[in-house]
Amino acid sequence: MTRGDIESLATDFYDLLESFKHAPVYHLSFEIFLVLAVSWLVFFRKPRPIEKKLTEKEKQELIDEWQPEPLVPSVDPNHPALNVRVLDGIVGKTVEIDGRTSLNFATFNFLNFVGKQRIADKAIQAVQKYGVGSCGPRGFYGTIDIHLELEERLARFFNCEEGIIYSYGFSTIASIIPAYSKRNDILFVDEGVHYAIQKGVEASRSHVKWFRHNDIADLERLLAEQEILDKKNPKKARSIRRFLIIEGLYVNYGDICPLQRMVELKYKYKYRIFLDESVSFGTIGQTGRGVTEYYNIDRQKIDLISSTLEYAVGSIGGFAVGSSFVVDHQRLSAQGYCFSASLPPLLAAAAIEALNIMEEDNTTLFETIMDKSKRLHKKILSIKGYIVNGDEISPLKHLRLTNALNTIGRLEEIVQFAQTRDITITVARYLSDEHRLPEPSIRLILNVEMNDEELEFLCTVLQEALVKVTT
Amino acid sequence: MARTSRHEKKKTFSNIGETTPVPEHPSLEEVYEETPFSEAFWTYLNYVMLNIFGWFRDLLRNARIENRKGSAENNPTGFVPLYQSYESFYTRNVYQRISDCFNRPIGSVPGGKLDVLERVTDDYNWSFQFTGNKITSINLGSYNYLGFANNSGHIAENVINTIKTGGIATASTTQEFGTLMQHRKLESLLAEFLGTEDAIAFGMGFATNALNIPSLVGKGCLILSDELNHTSLVLGSRLSGATIKVYKHNDMIHLEKLLRDAIVSGQPRTHRPWRKILMIVEGVYSMEGSLCKLPELIELKKKYKAYLYLDEAHSIGAMGSRGRGVVDYWKCDFKDVDVLMGTFTKSFAAAGGYIAGNKDLINHIRTTSHGTAYATSMSPPVVEQITSVLHLLLDDNEEHEGHRRISQLAWNTRYFRQRLTKMGFIVYGHPHSPVVPALLYSPSKIAAFNREMLKRGVAVVTVGFPATPLVLGRVRFCLSASHTKEMLDEVLKHAEEVGDLLNMRKSKLNPKRPFHQTEF
Repeated sequence: MTRGDIESLATDFYDLLESFKHAPVYHLSFEIFLVLAVSWLVFFRKPRPIEKKLTEKEKQELIDEWQPEPLVPSVDPNHPALNVRVLDGIVGKTVEIDGRTSLNFATFNFLNFVGKQRIADKAIQAVQKYGVGSCGPRGFYGTIDIHLELEERLARFFNCEEGIIYSYGFSTIASIIPAYSKRNDILFVDEGVHYAIQKGVEASRSHVKWFRHNDIADLERLLAEQEILDKKNPKKARSIRRFLIIEGLYVNYGDICPLQRMVELKYKYKYRIFLDESVSFGTIGQTGRGVTEYYNIDRQKIDLISSTLEYAVGSIGGFAVGSSFVVDHQRLSAQGYCFSASLPPLLAAAAIEALNIMEEDNTTLFETIMDKSKRLHKKILSIKGYIVNGDEISPLKHLRLTNALNTIGRLEEIVQFAQTRDITITVARYLSDEHRLPEPSIRLILNVEMNDEELEFLCTVLQEALVKVTT
Repeated sequence: MARTSRHEKKKTFSNIGETTPVPEHPSLEEVYEETPFSEAFWTYLNYVMLNIFGWFRDLLRNARIENRKGSAENNPTGFVPLYQSYESFYTRNVYQRISDCFNRPIGSVPGGKLDVLERVTDDYNWSFQFTGNKITSINLGSYNYLGFANNSGHIAENVINTIKTGGIATASTTQEFGTLMQHRKLESLLAEFLGTEDAIAFGMGFATNALNIPSLVGKGCLILSDELNHTSLVLGSRLSGATIKVYKHNDMIHLEKLLRDAIVSGQPRTHRPWRKILMIVEGVYSMEGSLCKLPELIELKKKYKAYLYLDEAHSIGAMGSRGRGVVDYWKCDFKDVDVLMGTFTKSFAAAGGYIAGNKDLINHIRTTSHGTAYATSMSPPVVEQITSVLHLLLDDNEEHEGHRRISQLAWNTRYFRQRLTKMGFIVYGHPHSPVVPALLYSPSKIAAFNREMLKRGVAVVTVGFPATPLVLGRVRFCLSASHTKEMLDEVLKHAEEVGDLLNMRKSKLNPKRPFHQTEF
């Protein structure tokens, strides 16, 4: 600004003042009134409220008018869950249904330990020593010496440092995942995992990245994407834990995970592996020690192996094994362990005896079951019209009809027909809110003590059923 | 935190706020004595000292001056640490010092007396060795309310027969081939016992809550949950996806206010009306020993058209003149409670949980529960134990065992609570609840009380943070029908001794008196 500008401003200002002095009074007062009115409008008028507060009467009306939904919706009385078969007696290699004995290919009784005399005797001894219930959680006098023995035996069986047992198979993996993985962590989960894992993942509130079932390329893609994000924000990346959650043998599909490649990727992308071996414990591997044995992978590379005592072992409960550093954390953080009563001693005693049998036998049982699975696989493949899903060494197979024929209705007909011929099989039951609902199928489970004739008979019945259903 | 025993009358919309008197239980109040100032002071000081020492020891450990005890991670570099170091600060420095008081292994039936396996540690609780000795002690720690934890007798015989004829497990889910005739029989007996139309049983009490609440409520529903609800209820509520609001413990006025506000304003942001409102309460709260105010809850439920979920884990079998839980105790109608849930671990000395209600509810649960679709069904010998106990409890004959045990438990409860209170201990909870918490306040007393009582042959459970508020560490006695008067007298005498040693008997409402001067 030059001196001339300042001078002109000063003169303008002087002129303004002079004009005020000479203006008439009414003009001045009118201008002042306008200025005051504008400033009141701009600054002092309260904005009209968006909602008026409700009166007590209106609130009471709202409360009176509100109608909730019924607590439960009405259920179709023909739903299969309301019309289950009620059995009697021991559900072992054979079952009693409607007074007839039929061969059981439906329950998870892989090693036929249900009903074994040795195991029953040990359970009876446990009842005579400890009673039935343990009457308390592990922290408050619910830890019985037999639990400690079972944990030690399981750790020894898997050659790991420590084991921990849970009192219910479903709660095992569902409590383990939230104990380690929190809100900021990332879980890479196979889409085909079973429902308990899905619930565990939900309860953890972590970021979940699902990859296509057994598709390593898809997993690598997700890992590479995450690596790019990490490079953008390395400080944040240092505080995010990563876990890979997979099953050894998938319950919903019957196939084995490609574990070697996943272990290699572990060291490249720095995640931890939680392996759920519910089905593969006691059925895969030369001595029944699961997929790590089958692929000859060092168990120390897997951070945590969890499994269940309800399938091959024929008892109730679940467990996890791993290094002490990893497993010990669950004793204070896993909800299903800390806040729940411990396993009844008789079930723990049964599990210990089952482990005894598995260790004494060493290889025969497991070679037999893998062998019979292969044979059954070949036999069913030879029946035209069925699609068999599952590895050939897997004792759990999913049977489906070809393409458009594969409906639950037809599969149920096959099951019913098989029952009239004294073969018990089952359609796999799922809830509708599974992450990826598998196609309808018959879940076929092989019992190690089935002989060749019985397997032949099964195939014959399946063939006849197929004819009946497709004509 | 501690409350005074009288609160100001707040404005209410209905007759809520006073505990509805029941003919046989006139004016029974739950008294929560205020924390003495000295106790609060010393407890805070205690925690401050523990923290200071904790930081100092961690410093030593990080500088490798002190050996890092406990297991270490053996993963190669580059992996993000598995645990946050702050999370384990409390575990390393406070919990580890007193960890010999928890997870005590036993070697016998958890009955009225039990054998605790003796452990010694030579590195301050980081590792334990068993000496091989057994300490026979009076058991005030196990949840054995009716004393059915037995390894002999006709119930045990029934169980052994079932193992021979029914096997140990079914290895199949309930919706597939896991349903046995015994399960159906159990369910119908249970429905008869509780006076409902139908019932369904599961293999684990914790899972019963966590897996079934999601089938009852979902997005767009509201759950009103008590402050002190059990973890399984909280987990089930979270998994369901419904909105959760917490009300102050047993505060019916706060609950009514929340109900009114919720119905008037609807769902957050969209203001759509709520689909359903579910109130979740427990019968007996295991850390406070308090009872839920059932008559008032039922009144609220009817007035505002909400639904009521009652978790009777600790009260089934233990409360009520016929042992049928808090509904029986308050003489309410079973049909008024929409969902009755309970567990078999406590009074039945078995394992598992159940849900009972009307037929539509149970059918819905049968079809949509995670437990029936994916979890294996209950073990037959465990089912037999529950069935045998139910037969005894259904028998209303006063001479017979079922009723005898219920009366014995009720007598034990009143006797023990009265004498303990008169001796000067600060005791929380309802006068008729078999869970008796006596306050210890500071973490060092928690450890000391536990160890001293075990030396004298009494096994007790002491708890502190985080199961209780920070300042309110306590000892929790669980009474049982298998305790005789002599056993309780012995416990009271020992408690008097240890109470004096630890300077615990500081009640102002009931000034301290020696044992022999208190009468019942």
